This record gives sequence, structure tokens and C-alpha cells, in this order.
Amino acid sequence: MPAVMVALVVLPFGVSVATFFLPVPASRVLSVLSGIAAFSLSLLLVPAAADHRQIAVGSFLRVDALSVVFLVATAFLYATTALFTTGYLALADNPAGTRYGRRFYAGLNLFCWAMLAVPLVNGLALLWVAIEITTVVSALLVAIDDTDGATEASWKYVLIASLGLGIALLATIIMYYAGTKVFGGSYDLSYATLLHGASHFPPGAVRLAFVLAVLGFGTKMGLVPVHTWLPDAHSEAPTPVSALLSGALLAICFYAILRYFQITVRAVGPAFPRTVFLIFGLASLLLAALYLLSQRDMKRLLAYSSVEHMGILAIGMSFGVPIAVFGVLLHVLCHAAAKGTAFFGAGSVVRKFGLKDMSRIRGGIGALPWSGPMLVAAVLALSALPPFGIFRSEFLIVSGGLSGSNDAGAAVLVVLVTVAFFGLSWFTTQTMLSADVPEASPGGVVATPDRGEVSVWIVAAMAAGLLGLTILGVHPPAALSHLLDRATTELGVPR
Amino acid sequence: MHLVPSAYAGFADVVAMLVLLTEFAMLRAPLLRSQVRIYAFQSLVVTGLAVDIAAARHVPDLYTLAALTFALKVVLVPGVVLRLLRDAEADLAGSPVLGVASMVLIAIAVSAFGFFAVGSFHVQSATLPTTALAIAIAAALVAFVLIILRTDVVSQAMGFFSLENSVSVASLVVAAGLPLVVEVAFLFDLLVAVVVFGVIMRVHHGRTKTLSTDELDRLKG
Repeated sequence: MPAVMVALVVLPFGVSVATFFLPVPASRVLSVLSGIAAFSLSLLLVPAAADHRQIAVGSFLRVDALSVVFLVATAFLYATTALFTTGYLALADNPAGTRYGRRFYAGLNLFCWAMLAVPLVNGLALLWVAIEITTVVSALLVAIDDTDGATEASWKYVLIASLGLGIALLATIIMYYAGTKVFGGSYDLSYATLLHGASHFPPGAVRLAFVLAVLGFGTKMGLVPVHTWLPDAHSEAPTPVSALLSGALLAICFYAILRYFQITVRAVGPAFPRTVFLIFGLASLLLAALYLLSQRDMKRLLAYSSVEHMGILAIGMSFGVPIAVFGVLLHVLCHAAAKGTAFFGAGSVVRKFGLKDMSRIRGGIGALPWSGPMLVAAVLALSALPPFGIFRSEFLIVSGGLSGSNDAGAAVLVVLVTVAFFGLSWFTTQTMLSADVPEASPGGVVATPDRGEVSVWIVAAMAAGLLGLTILGVHPPAALSHLLDRATTELGVPR
Repeated sequence: MHLVPSAYAGFADVVAMLVLLTEFAMLRAPLLRSQVRIYAFQSLVVTGLAVDIAAARHVPDLYTLAALTFALKVVLVPGVVLRLLRDAEADLAGSPVLGVASMVLIAIAVSAFGFFAVGSFHVQSATLPTTALAIAIAAALVAFVLIILRTDVVSQAMGFFSLENSVSVASLVVAAGLPLVVEVAFLFDLLVAVVVFGVIMRVHHGRTKTLSTDELDRLKG
């Protein structure tokens, strides 16, 4: 198993360096292979992490069940995004195509490398370092298209996310300070050390560190009110980057918060962190559900849907019962698959119709025989319709809320998710299914192009996403259930 | 708690206070160039704190850290930004939303809030200068005021870098024993962030021919 972990750190980095020098067709193949290899390697860790307490390599790398959940989600999206990019970039009509392609592939692989490193590293300090690397790499990827919108979005993103991480660094330092009461002046911030001594940490410092961590990492996770960069970056970035930002990066930052949660629960008990999660979760869900009703751009719509789902994760954690926390972790996996697939579909529509303003597109399902219906399916999956995985995870979260005497929270959750469902499905059915010409649309509706797919690779990536979602919804593999069980226990929420 | 602070705690408090004051100076500086120079001075003060703690508490690792801090924050960051300013031929900071007096008054209120808020968490220690921690957090909040109220990319970037300085002070006073590899990793990240900020500032200037953020208003809703 240690070899697998080292391979997961070395492989994507090597591929990133190689793609910077190789011609684009070779990078394409290499990235897809690297993505599939990373996903397979992460699956190899599942049974071991579900059984053992932890697997460490030296003092820098360590995984337990919690980190493997996020590793699998990220690696899955790495593989499918690499597939999608093959089809998406093949048609990119840019003059300096080769140069752009090289930079793009190098950046994409480096971004995935940094995100895979986050759950693999051992300790709060390295965790922060890895997340900061994801910020700087993804900011350059958001800016790569060099349009007015991309420049504006990347500036907002790099500034707001860096400030958030500045706060998170303060959280790291205050948590270190809390530990000095137990371990003395000099120690390393590894998880095992911190969890071992957490029950003797001074509660005031731990509370301060937890709130700063939620605020700091929450900025990158997209929690309201520090989500403001998110819709801009998601809508202006190239679609493969949007998919990774939304499906993997937000989850990875949630993982960082969970690491602080683990320590905080042991130091001050569950009531305080649950209240913090409830406040941020409700604010995120409420605001996102309302914004979803008024979006006119598919990628912005999906971005607000991400804020909504991050809110659901936070509320699920606030319920604090094992079944809800199990649902939260399952939700991370399902959201990665569903949001990736939905962004791939949006990318397919944008490429097919040749314009970004999706409010002027009608009858998408007629033009795209495969990716059209799959996009509608992905949006329905995001709205928690069975048989997809999000139905199962949200069902578990809501039933956890009801069983843990959080009836009001569960009821609000159901109502707001329904509002969000309305917003998501209204826009999507208009774009994809309706043939009506909107009256007040500037520039009118774009003529529907001939029926046919943009690229078979896009269809393959979307099919893989939907397959994963269906498996998670109909019958999650036993090994995965064990893993989620184990991770729930590790979070300090015993069954 | 000591009623009379030790020389070490006293020095730490003075440095934290200097960082807070330079933060105010950056807030009111009308020229972008002077803002960058004040930042370089602030970084120098932080370097001095690192050297002092290395000597007072016998943490030789911190000398390495001080050298790296000096190279990065006193020389490299200001150098990169000053070069951008020369190329952009821009002098005046973007017209702030508020007058200087109002900005400073807001910053005083915000920093007082930060100072007393940290106190209310009862982060106390007999050996560590926790007053310096509270002042450092007050300075971090002033950096936020700077970023929010100034409307040009250079001020905003300098605000972020000075926020990082305040966090460094906090880290030096309450977490001096942090392993060197971790401290170096933090600095390495800052280095990468400088490069990325520089790239995006240049892209911004290339597209809009200005350093102002006034035109960044297309994306909303």
C-alpha cells in the first residue's frame, strides 16, 4: 500500500512535467492514462483503509478511511475530466493551439496532482500547503483563456481565495498553539499526534481555530458569505477546469474543514462545531437556492448548484448522527460524479452551438442525441432524483436529521432543495427540451445545428459519470460502505 | 501572567505594534510606490522579530527562516511589484471609495474589534506574548480594510502580502517551535503566490491598460 501512495503523488506530477514538453496528441493519451491509473490506485487503497486505522509512509504521507473517500472522488474526476478534455480541446479553435494545449495539459495534471496530494499528506501544515498549491495552479487555469471575463474572474479568485487561505493559515497556527499546552514548544502537526492529545487542548483556542478554519477553507469550499469568487471562476474557466473546481476542489476544502472538526470534537465536544456548520450550511443553501431561480448561464447555474450542495454537506455534518455523516461522505462522492457529468454536458452544448450565452439556446436535446439526454439526467441526478447516488445520500442526511431530533433542520433542508430543484430543472428543460423561441431574448435564438455529437470522448466521460452515479444509487459496493462507515467513526461520530 | 512583560515579550509587542502602524501607513499612502516601500519596511521588521526570537529562545532554525523572509519579502516581492509599476507607468493608487480620514477611522474601529475579540477567546499563556497575537490579528483586519476599500490591483495584492506579514508575526509569537520544513513550505507557497499574482496583474494590465479594478464589474448575479 505505501507504494500505491507514493505512486499517487509521483505519477500525476511526472505527467504534468512531461505534458509541458510533449506534443498535444501525446499529452492527451498520457493524461487519460494517468487519470485512469490514479483512479485505479485510489480504489486499491479502499479495502485496506476500511480495515486498518491508517497507512503511513514516512512522516509526510498518511491515509485513513476519511482521506481515501476524498481521494477516490478526486481521482474519479481526474480520469473522467481527462477523457472529456480529449474531446473538448480537440476542437478548440485557437491560433496558438499547440502552445495553449501544452500549457493546458500541464496545468490540468498539476492541478489534479495538488488535489490528490491534499488527502495524502499528513498534518494540518502540509494540508494548508497543498491547498494553497491548488489555488495558485487553478487561478492560472481560470485565466488561461485570456478573455475579459477570465481575467476578471481569475483576479477575484486568486485574491479572495488567497485571503481565505491567509485566515486558514492563522487557524493552523492557533491550532498549533493549542497543542503547545500538551506537547510543549516544538512538535509536528501530524493528525495522529493532534488527535491523541486533543482532549487536553485549551477549548478557547480550539474554538477560535475551528471558526477560522471554517471561514478560511470555507472560502474555497464556497460557503456563503465567502463564496463570491465561485460563480465567476466556474463560469469563465474552460469547462474541464470548471468540472474539477466544482466536483473536486470544493470537496477537498471540505476535507480540510473535517480535519479540524475531528480535533475540535475531541477538544470541546460536538455541540460547538455542529452549530457553526448549521449556520454556514443554512446560509449557503438558502442563498444558492434563491440564486438558482434567476440564472441565465448554464455554468453559473451549475456553480450555484455547487454552493447548494456544499451547504447540504455542512447541514448534514450539523446533524451529528452517524447516518447523516455517512450520507455526507457518500454525497461527496456522488456530487463529484454528478457535477462533473453536468459540466461535461454543458461543455458539449456550448461547443455544439458555438456560443456561451445559453439563454439563447433551444432544443439542445435534438442536436445532441447522446450527451443531451445525459445532461438532463445529470441535472436530475443533482436534484436528488432516484436511481442516482445523490438521492441515496440526501435521503440518508434527511433521515439522520429526523432521527437526531433535528426535525426543523431536516424540513428546511427538504424545502430549500426543492426550490433549488425547481431552478435547475426550469432552466435545463428550457434549453434542452423546449423548441419555443423566447420573445425578449437579445439576438434571438441560435439556429439548431445538425444532429450529431461533438466528440465521442465527451459522451464516454459523461457515460462514466452516470454509471458511477447509478452504482452509488442502486447498490454501493460493500467495500465502499465499509470505508464510509470507518470514516464516520474516525470523524468522532461513533455508530 | 506576568504583570511586567519580559524583554522578549516586550520586543514582540513592539514589533507587532510596528506592523500594525505600517499597516495604517499603507492604508493612507497615496502613491503605489510608497505603499510597496512601506511593505518592504514592514517585512524588515518581521525579519527582525524572527532574529530576536531565534536568539532569545535558542531556536537556530529561525535564523534560516529570517534569511529566507528577508530575501523573499524585503527584496523579491517589492522588486517584482515595483517593476510592474515601472512598466505600467502608474503612480497614484486607485481612487478609494472613501476619504483617507474615514478609511483610517474604520480601520481603527476594526482593529480595536480584532484586539478585544481575540482577548475574549482567553488565549493566554505564561510563556508566550499573547498581546502580540491580538495586535497581529488587529493588523490582519486592517489589511482586509485596505483590500476592500482600495480599488486597484497593486493595493489589493499588497494588502494580501501584508496580511501574510501579520500572520507571520502571529506564527512567530505563538508557534516559534513550528518545524522549519513547515515554515519553509509556507514561504515557498508565498513565493508561488507572488509569481501568480504578478502574472495575473500583468494580464489585467495588458487587457485593461490600467491597474484599477473599476472595470471588473461584468460578472455578477
